[in-house]
Amino acid sequence: MEWVWTNFGLIWGLTLSQVWLSALPIVIGFVVSIPLGYLASRSRVARSILLSVGGILYTIPSLALFIVIPVVIGTSLLDPINVIIALTIYAVAIMVRSSADAFASVPGSVQDSATAVGFSRAQRFFAVDFPLSGPVLLAGIRVVSVSTVSLVSVGSVIGVSSLGFLFTDGFQRRFYTEIWAGIVGTLVVAAVFDIALVLIGRALMPWNRRATPNLARIVGSKRSLVLRK
Amino acid sequence: MNLFIEGFGWIFDPKHWVGGSSIAVRLGEHFQYTGVSLFFAALIAVPLGLFIGHTGKGRGIAIAASNVARALPTLGLLAVLILSLGIGLLPAAIVLVILGIPPLLAGVYAGIESVDPQTVDAARAMGMTELQILRKVEVPLGASLIFGGFRAATLQVIASAVVAAYFSLGGLGRFLVDGLAQNNYPEMVAGAILVIVVALAVDGILAIIQRFVVPTVSSGTRSTKRTARGGAIPPVAQSRTLIKEGQ
Repeated sequence: MEWVWTNFGLIWGLTLSQVWLSALPIVIGFVVSIPLGYLASRSRVARSILLSVGGILYTIPSLALFIVIPVVIGTSLLDPINVIIALTIYAVAIMVRSSADAFASVPGSVQDSATAVGFSRAQRFFAVDFPLSGPVLLAGIRVVSVSTVSLVSVGSVIGVSSLGFLFTDGFQRRFYTEIWAGIVGTLVVAAVFDIALVLIGRALMPWNRRATPNLARIVGSKRSLVLRK
Repeated sequence: MNLFIEGFGWIFDPKHWVGGSSIAVRLGEHFQYTGVSLFFAALIAVPLGLFIGHTGKGRGIAIAASNVARALPTLGLLAVLILSLGIGLLPAAIVLVILGIPPLLAGVYAGIESVDPQTVDAARAMGMTELQILRKVEVPLGASLIFGGFRAATLQVIASAVVAAYFSLGGLGRFLVDGLAQNNYPEMVAGAILVIVVALAVDGILAIIQRFVVPTVSSGTRSTKRTARGGAIPPVAQSRTLIKEGQ
């Protein structure tokens, strides 16, 4: 425990890079998945293409993806952008399915009523489809958030610094405290992200406060529920 | 992009296919780790999942298992376990078994749980014993989710075995880790290509098996429930959601 206090500066710095490296993929993944998921919910062909491509990308083990990405886009191996891109790919792969199911869960009668009272397609999307699919989207992004935070640490194998550094360094020094500090730190970051997402959801969907526990169960992907890597 | 060509060149270089750390040996190790670990993970997770799914007892364990598995960093878990168990095949197998259990358990549990209670009651009313219900009703009807859990567990173990190479384990991850340590980029890229090919091939084979062997449940099997908003949830989404309860 004493080690934690004397090295608090190191741990804090690593925590910040952990936060940074996981927040970006979560946010970018969410933003990218919304139009893709909407597309997938409207067309069977788009759905099957997007979900198969997502499934294939999600199948690639993270360490291999971290190494292949710099080769494809020509960045340096140590560039944190590789980890961010890889984790964004995973996030999109999970989230497209969630958001496709989220948009599909909006009742057709409600959409028809919106059209009947004169909403344009874009208006209907922003005023009806998007808010109504909010709870399911929230459930999906929570899954993405937790798995992204835990995956960031694998990047430390290729030298991208995060709380994972405590795992590799602790292993080499045969020092359990350091490894445990890393595990606890990762769990804390994941928990803080999860709480933040729930609070954002509450603020944005005040009408849903009581219905959330019910609707949050509708998560898009059985694969996203069962974590890998 | 050039590195890809060098990577493939490395893979197809005959001298990398002979000797104690050849591609064939590493490939064999990887499949060995995966197969052995999945076998023991299944030995633990399948009966447990069937029990939890059928009786509803200990659902908290199944839910916690899937949540914890998602949140715990694999690398940290590997570091702690390999440090305490020592380097070698047995500790590696134990670690991979531990990592393979949660997705499998969650899949089996969710599969059984997804079966319409009315169908189970009907089977019971017809005089089936609990074991018959499990074998003839719940397992066939939940088969696609159960198999999905098995697929996820397989990929989890394959991917974790790659990371485990960092902790002096064999398998395909060795090429990644050794190549990285020696700044041997072709070897590293070759390792990454091999890992990706193996993961995709195994998942592809499992997908084909799932398609032709595992029975799929027609969407009429489960009575459609209404959401709080009055919309119908598709039956499949309903069953998927079951693992999520408690989050």
